Amino acid sequence: MLVPLSWLKEYVDIDITPQELEKKLFSCGFEVEELMEVGKEISGVAVGLVEECEPIPDTHLHVCKVNAGEHGTFQICCGADNVKAGGKFPVALVGAMVYMTAKDHKTVEGTMTIKKGKLRGYESQGMLCSGVELGVSENMFPGAGYNGLLALPEDAPVGADVKPLLGMDDWIFDISITANRPDCQSILGIAREVAAVLDKELKEPSLEYHETEVQKEGFSVTVDAPDLCPRYIGHYVYDVKIGESPLWMKRRLALVGQDSISNIVDITNYVLLEMGQPMHAFDCDYLEGNAIHVRRAGENEKLVTLDSQEYTLNNSNLVICDGVKLVALAGVMGGLNSEIRDTTGEVLFESARFMRDNIRRTSRALGKRTDASARYEKGVDEYTTVHAMKRALHLVEELGCGKVSRTHVDVNTGNSIEPRQMMVSVKRVNDVLGIEVPGNEILRILRNLHFAPSIEGDQLTLQVPAYREDMDSYPDVAEEVIRMYGYDHVVPTFMPAARVTMGGLDQKLKKEMKLKRALCGAGAYECIHYSFISPSDLDLLRLPQDAPERKIIRLLNPINEELSLMRTTLAASMLNAIARNQKKGNLEGRLFEMGNVFLPQELPLKDYPDERNTLCIGIFGEKESFYTLKGMAERVAETLFVQFSYEPVQKPFLHPYQAAAILWEGKEIGYLGKAAYEVEESLDLRTDAYILELDLKALEPAYDRGASYTPLSRFPGESRDLALVMDREVTCGQVEEIMKKSCSHIGSIRLFDVYEGEQIPQDKRSMAFTVGFVPGEEPFEPDSVDRFVKKILKNLKNQLDIDLRS
Amino acid sequence: MNDRLAGIRQEILSGIEQHAESRAAAFELRKQFLDSKTGKIGRMMKEMKNIAPEERAVFGKSINELKEWAQQKFSELDERLKAKELERRYESEKIDVTMPAQCVETGNLHPVTQIRNQLMDIFVGMGFEVAQTREIEKDYYNFEALNIPKDHPARDMQDTFYLSPEFLLATQTSAAQIHTMEKKKPPIKIVAAPGKVFRSDDDATHSPMFHQMEGLVVDERITLCDLKGMLELFAKKIFGEETTTRLRPSYFPFTEPSVEVDVSCFSCGGKGCRLCKGTGWIELLGAGIVNRKVLENCGIDPDRYSGLAFGIGLDRAAMLKYGVNNVKLLFESDLRVLRQINDN
Repeated sequence: MLVPLSWLKEYVDIDITPQELEKKLFSCGFEVEELMEVGKEISGVAVGLVEECEPIPDTHLHVCKVNAGEHGTFQICCGADNVKAGGKFPVALVGAMVYMTAKDHKTVEGTMTIKKGKLRGYESQGMLCSGVELGVSENMFPGAGYNGLLALPEDAPVGADVKPLLGMDDWIFDISITANRPDCQSILGIAREVAAVLDKELKEPSLEYHETEVQKEGFSVTVDAPDLCPRYIGHYVYDVKIGESPLWMKRRLALVGQDSISNIVDITNYVLLEMGQPMHAFDCDYLEGNAIHVRRAGENEKLVTLDSQEYTLNNSNLVICDGVKLVALAGVMGGLNSEIRDTTGEVLFESARFMRDNIRRTSRALGKRTDASARYEKGVDEYTTVHAMKRALHLVEELGCGKVSRTHVDVNTGNSIEPRQMMVSVKRVNDVLGIEVPGNEILRILRNLHFAPSIEGDQLTLQVPAYREDMDSYPDVAEEVIRMYGYDHVVPTFMPAARVTMGGLDQKLKKEMKLKRALCGAGAYECIHYSFISPSDLDLLRLPQDAPERKIIRLLNPINEELSLMRTTLAASMLNAIARNQKKGNLEGRLFEMGNVFLPQELPLKDYPDERNTLCIGIFGEKESFYTLKGMAERVAETLFVQFSYEPVQKPFLHPYQAAAILWEGKEIGYLGKAAYEVEESLDLRTDAYILELDLKALEPAYDRGASYTPLSRFPGESRDLALVMDREVTCGQVEEIMKKSCSHIGSIRLFDVYEGEQIPQDKRSMAFTVGFVPGEEPFEPDSVDRFVKKILKNLKNQLDIDLRS
Repeated sequence: MNDRLAGIRQEILSGIEQHAESRAAAFELRKQFLDSKTGKIGRMMKEMKNIAPEERAVFGKSINELKEWAQQKFSELDERLKAKELERRYESEKIDVTMPAQCVETGNLHPVTQIRNQLMDIFVGMGFEVAQTREIEKDYYNFEALNIPKDHPARDMQDTFYLSPEFLLATQTSAAQIHTMEKKKPPIKIVAAPGKVFRSDDDATHSPMFHQMEGLVVDERITLCDLKGMLELFAKKIFGEETTTRLRPSYFPFTEPSVEVDVSCFSCGGKGCRLCKGTGWIELLGAGIVNRKVLENCGIDPDRYSGLAFGIGLDRAAMLKYGVNNVKLLFESDLRVLRQINDN
């Protein structure tokens, strides 16, 4: 929120610098996002008296002798049509900074430094300035809007800095207001805090006005939706004279970027800024039926707002109607049909409280945010609603732009605007803080905040102003005290009263971290990808329409389509990451991600979906193969003390002959394989990618397994190399399984050669294994291993027609 | 006799001089003299039986002396040749040590994981347990139970992704407070991970997904001073012993009082620099004393117990600590980035 220092000073005597005030505000909970100096970019401009002014022949220029008081007297050439001898104008001295304008003399194009120059042979030692060149608008200073020199008043002291004169020696605080302090969404609200933090008195603005005897006969207000509008105050003002607002008001509005429209409209805007209460003024000529109704809109009712936009409304929108038609969208914007015009003679002022949630929903649904809706969304209290109306009526009188009638209608649900009594224990307040704030300090702070505090024993009694709806219990009091007392009084302690707790990671976290470290050890880098994916990612994986991965949770309000689905697989994110790497020239690498997939029981969601922790590994580059990836799968198995088995599998995004399902205890819990060429092509991959996905949640039952030692045999083991010839369809896994089942002494089986070619029959393949045999309690007999081998070979022959290679 | 011995001696000396090329040649030469069957000295030993018994002792002694002398000579020769051979071998294996190293590449944990681990270590050391967070939450846990009712403007502070009227993507890890307090009674000390949270914000400085770590302590007589003490200790461990902290008022619906915790800028030490935008302070986390209503919502007696809670942005902490200048880099998986941050 923008707060001009000069406006703030209306309510508080501020005797510190803007920078010091910024720090004070910061320390009591109001962060100043930006502190802006109004005339920051302008310097070196003084009041100049034109003593002589002669036209330069054949040009529109004049050569002037300008008296700049203590700075000297200078010869300056000037092209403005209103330059004249005896006039006082801002003079930018040599070295001054002013705004540079385009040829239209209106558009600012940056700043410039004034240098000595020569025009048509005449030396010019400075520049006489327009309002635009100084960044001053008509609303800031009358005459500043003229497309020519800014004429200064006759009494302007020659040689003086023009900035104070033009109101440019001001500062604007852009303050962020936390959601618990809607009462500070106004200059007055901030002023209250400033007064409190500076130990100063708050000078409240005048709310006085005088009602005449005039009444608007038969006028009524009815509120059909008191749940959305607990308070509605209307006041009738007549003899209205629409005109310009006074300079002081225009200036203040201009400082916060608000245009001046007309006195009546400016009053509503001024009160909004000053007190935080949105107000509206209806032209009574256009109100029919001598009544105001506040009600929910009907389905498809239409309203054209002040900005000429038409909206189609529904039952969730609150509207203001006269006896016949809609005249305003409550809390958001008035209707075009009852707008204040130059001819307006009678006005109905509205000051109301609308409930924040309803206004927020309406504002969101219609995509319409206004200063009024922004205030209502955060919350407006009825104390302010009541006082703002008084303030507006006071301003009507002060500006002399109308007469205040006796017709004042106040429809309310009985909420009090009187202070509410609150009693808390001083000890509890101090217990929250952990320090003991002296009683007199507590009293001083709370008095400054208008809580009228008193302490009796341990009991602190407060009279909480009605605008402080956030004050609820002793922690709120503690916060008020400490933010004013200063957080630097809080001393660090380490829970002296707390009981000892045993910290630590659970087994799941420990295992996951162990697994991550093991994968790092295998040369892989951990990635984190978004939990949402794009529908096109499912297409990238070539998943058929009925694929389980397509039973997927959709965001109701995604940022865009790319980020609209809660992923059911990590593969797409990984493939995209590989593609991004390759585009950046990283042609080989190993990546892994551990993250959730989201599997809904039903859609739309009725219960928490299954968030399944899943591991995805993606490797790519010339050195990688199915088997290097399988090596990483084995690393996972070792790390978790489990054993995987593998069997061929078909996945639409994997190579049909280089893909395997990963099984654990007979259950399929993942896959690994080479990316299908179709996938590689759509990602423009330059080297092959291999991908693995593993359902870690399914492995959780194994997380409590730990390392254990199997005693080494006291007797030496033996090994045999077996070269076997088999049909080409027979897999290594099948051979190994038969071997293992044939002999309990097998400790290891290692494939060391595969051969197809002339030395064996055409449709056959040879695999050579080193089989290691481990003795048990007893040493091997001299012929034990030979017997084992014999049995193995017999089983291989019988079951898969495998022969020993001769 | 002595002449013969002297002759052999001479033969050996000249042989050594002539054949001292390789260990193999030297071995052959040795055999010519010392082989027990065919060597010249060996053969002389066999002559012993032809020698008169009274001369045998002298003869034997002389031969043995010769034999020992020869063995000595040949082993010296062998040592020399061995040294020479080793020298040649070393020379032949001369390499250019400035050529590139051959590494077994080790990967890194993600920067966010690295930071999370460091934080968890610290808090676990303080007696904290680690609780799990969910990514998909119910409105109740993400908002209602945290004292953010439906019409609360604080909902606007966090642009929420909805999945249904009831389910949404967690906008903050604070739901873990509620889940924990529903299951456990004081004393409670938890931090919650992994902490993926989501807000509908996607621009140069915001990522729609980011990470938080939530902390919660509930016991009797927990105060704002404890919050400061604990977080100051934590900040010193993460950013260095000279780090100081500052509390300043803020607002979160689930804590009262609420504070922002700033740490002194570890880049400039508080003098003011680009990193801290000239303020000397860096915003680190939000925290506060647990709101009574939150305790009540979880069936914990707020008159007996009090608590403190805090939430740290992990991505921001990682960016600050490692100097990563764009949050998007954390989620792009560019190996050139991931390789650099190995604070595992």
